[in-house]
Amino acid sequence: MQTKILTEFVTDPQQHRIETAVSRGAYQAWEKVVREIAPDDLIELVKKSGIRGRGGAGFPAGVKWGFVPRQSPKPKYLCCNADESEPGTCKDRVLLENDPHRVIEGMAICSFAIESHQAFVYIRGEFVLAARRMQAAIDEAYQRGYLGKNIFGSGYDLDMVVHRGGGAYICGEETALLNSLEGDRGVTRIRPPFPAVEGLYGCPTVVNNVETLSALPSIVNRGADWWAQLGTEKSTGTKLFSLSGHVKRPGNYEVEMGYSLKNLIYEKGGGILDDKKLKVVIPGGSSTPMLTPDKIDTPLDFESVVTAGSMLGSGAVIVIHEETCIVWVTELLAHFYAHESCGKCTPCREGTQWMYEILRRIEHGRGTMEDIDTLLDLADNIEGNTICPLGDAAAVPVISSIKQFRDEYIYHIEHKKCLVKSDFRLR
Amino acid sequence: MILSPQAREKIVAAAKQYPQVKSAILPALHVANEEHGYVSDQMYREIADLLDLKCVDVAAAASFYTYFPKAPRGRYYIQVCRNISCALLGARHLSTYLQEKLGLKELGETTPDNLFTVVEVECLGSCTTAPMMQINDDYYENLTKEKVDQIIADLKSRAPGR
Repeated sequence: MQTKILTEFVTDPQQHRIETAVSRGAYQAWEKVVREIAPDDLIELVKKSGIRGRGGAGFPAGVKWGFVPRQSPKPKYLCCNADESEPGTCKDRVLLENDPHRVIEGMAICSFAIESHQAFVYIRGEFVLAARRMQAAIDEAYQRGYLGKNIFGSGYDLDMVVHRGGGAYICGEETALLNSLEGDRGVTRIRPPFPAVEGLYGCPTVVNNVETLSALPSIVNRGADWWAQLGTEKSTGTKLFSLSGHVKRPGNYEVEMGYSLKNLIYEKGGGILDDKKLKVVIPGGSSTPMLTPDKIDTPLDFESVVTAGSMLGSGAVIVIHEETCIVWVTELLAHFYAHESCGKCTPCREGTQWMYEILRRIEHGRGTMEDIDTLLDLADNIEGNTICPLGDAAAVPVISSIKQFRDEYIYHIEHKKCLVKSDFRLR
Repeated sequence: MILSPQAREKIVAAAKQYPQVKSAILPALHVANEEHGYVSDQMYREIADLLDLKCVDVAAAASFYTYFPKAPRGRYYIQVCRNISCALLGARHLSTYLQEKLGLKELGETTPDNLFTVVEVECLGSCTTAPMMQINDDYYENLTKEKVDQIIADLKSRAPGR
């Protein structure tokens, strides 16, 4: 069963226009919130829905909002994290481009709950169309009085600004995002203090993912209980999964949490490309450990994927078939993290580059047996020793691939070539 | 002045959207980049003057990101996504195919007529429509050899002076 809630209208090319969105109920939840619901009750509603952050960490959204100090005399801010750049992930872009009013409405609802009057949407620089669509939609929302001064005659004011990034993966990490938004280099900050207490410009700030915020209008309209009965007990609601790689029908699929990995790949995705055998799945974006085919029945919810030995992450399911060299895959991912390390923490800055060079050496037939242990040693020295999760993320593919495919590494070193050659051509 | 009066106006207007003016650095860099296709040291200085910031603040931010080249590139800047989902469907072949087609010895080079620059970049967030490339502002997805041929032919015919 596919439950389309967030993506119900995304295939309609007119949905990004306010007339179309409003005719389908956009901003009804926003009006209800402003007219009828007190901020504290709204936070309670979102807590009760059980919705957890869709950016990767899975932290309960309502609890995060609850950390914002209510009595603080400082202004409060909302930042919508639209810096989608975890390899494999392209779900937020669908919402930003095709249903921007849903994103705006969700941002407005969150702003009201935390009593913020200024919201930013931080969109990765390359998403030019998404930024244009969001800006046009915000302009329309101002014209109709859904944003700006004295919204629905309530005395509540809210401004919304589109802020474009400059092409840096690290800015999807919330403290780096805040530095970038402040005009500094996008390096991470030590937590605590957490952004909810001391975030943008030193003020209380909530940073939420696009998908998380986009669920809010539906939760307000249909109730916390309705959302909570979707999915599993601890992972409520629906989730967007970006299914990519070696599948017949790649795409973004919205399904209830707990939907099986097998059904996603074989039913939604139509099975493995060219009917090859499945080799491995990366279930939650490039930063999550690989799962071998024996884990194919894993339900896709936060808890079950951890039990299977990986993480749900951003819900980016990357499918890899039998004719793929695992060292080559790991080298690709290592290159990414070496390129995207912000350079603040030594273990990550030096370690990611070092791991990439060793993997490159093995992939090109110049590796030695000691290299395998050096890789594990490096990963071990990065993990847990950096300010932000990028370091841990970089260690994951290395540790996970060696653990599950050590034989392939050994073959590579002994024979100075791939066990299976990855020679993927354009069609 | 390198930045046009319109660009300067846009930068000043952007600054008003933020509680602190320093936040306008990224928007200003985007304005400059859109107007010129690159952002030079001289433009850093002009942005700093406009916003009443130190030039080093602008340079520090600009140099952190991949989005703001310091020198001009080809009219069509082709970024081929090299990351996992695209790589599994032929991204490497896509960039060598483009190189051969455009007669470029190495990635990063520009064709002698200054029309095309080809580079490989990290994930562009279009993984379910791999392989893909971005040319200037636009995404080109689900690429095949045939599609690439068509896209390049169209861009060549659209180029001014032809």
